[in-house]
Amino acid sequence: MTLIQEPKIESQLRDTLQTVSDPEIPVLSVLDLGVIREAIEEDGVVKIKLTPTYSGCPAMDVIGDDLRKAFTAKGKIVEVDLVLSPAWSTDWISEEGLKKMEAYGIARPLSETKDKDALLGNQKLVKCPQCESTHTHLVSQFGSTACKALFKCDDCQEPFDYFKCLK
Amino acid sequence: MEKTTLYNYILGIADNNLILGQRLGELCGHGPNLETDIALTNIALDLFGQTRSYYQYAAKLSAIYKTEDDVAYLRKEREYKNVLLVEQPNTHFGFVIARQYLFDVFNYLFVEKLQHSKDETLSAIAKKAIKEVSYHKRFSGDWVKRLGVGTEESNQKMQEAIDGLWQYTNELFEMTEVDDLSVRGGIGVNLSELKETYFKEVAEVLKEATLTIPENPYFQKGGKQGIHTEHMGYILADLQYIQRTYPNMTW
Repeated sequence: MTLIQEPKIESQLRDTLQTVSDPEIPVLSVLDLGVIREAIEEDGVVKIKLTPTYSGCPAMDVIGDDLRKAFTAKGKIVEVDLVLSPAWSTDWISEEGLKKMEAYGIARPLSETKDKDALLGNQKLVKCPQCESTHTHLVSQFGSTACKALFKCDDCQEPFDYFKCLK
Repeated sequence: MEKTTLYNYILGIADNNLILGQRLGELCGHGPNLETDIALTNIALDLFGQTRSYYQYAAKLSAIYKTEDDVAYLRKEREYKNVLLVEQPNTHFGFVIARQYLFDVFNYLFVEKLQHSKDETLSAIAKKAIKEVSYHKRFSGDWVKRLGVGTEESNQKMQEAIDGLWQYTNELFEMTEVDDLSVRGGIGVNLSELKETYFKEVAEVLKEATLTIPENPYFQKGGKQGIHTEHMGYILADLQYIQRTYPNMTW
């Protein structure tokens, strides 16, 4: 595993950042998702560095706009920059974020090797967020958004999204 | 390295993504089933995302095109440097999968090397892209095998696609002057070094899929020089229509 520097987020900005969520997974704030790589205030200007989950994620433009709106509403001047490196990883989703995700009905990403096994259908490892059974199968490698795959539970019969591991 | 060389090098990479993404986008709502439809358009989305990063960078270097949209919507056919493979039509699902697979294997090897480019922006885009491309390759490779060993008809259609598209594979490794200069500048990828691995990997998968590689093929090229097949004009007409009809229109 590569060591990634902790994002530099000034504490007075956290409350506002917490109010901005991912439009496709509204229970997750941008902090839970780990897409804020820096948030600092310099000479009255809030400077934010945002990293995309996937290159083409359409939520990024919306998140950028929402960040601007949230800080403008607090009377701040805000600059949002998109940074690509280091590339986002599902490891950056906070534990709290993973719990919220599961409660919302999306299965959490497995570790890299287990993820591969699950997506290749070699092993049944993905846990159904409804009934917690691992008796599930892959329906489609691509789900409702770029970051998810579609699964179905063979016990409770519910289809659900699985958040793919990205490292 | 000269600014124009870098600019042309970036376009060579990005145009492949844009044109293939556009081809996949044509399938939106027309995929053979819902899951495949979503998968192909998800791949298109990744490719467009990568294109945007490349074009934003290209726009910074261009004296003519100021934004990523200008680069995509205002260039003429000859200015597009994509390989011929990606502009080939969605004849049937076999062609869609064969085209995707033949490109994905190349693209994976390419971005893997591009990660080590001396150019920080290109390296960062590649580090992001490799994660996405490896997933694309897994998807298209699975389908090549599934269709190859599926039914007699799926095998025959898949073989037809491989036979039809094979002639465009060699161009992926063509080294243009821009490629040579970029490699010398420590920024570009030496494509000839990828060739052996590519054909070996593709041959293994095709074998597993009970498909054969055409014997004594004739290879086409020209896309990297801006000389395209007859399909390209139609793609651009579709892609650029709005900007050509209503210049400077925005959402």
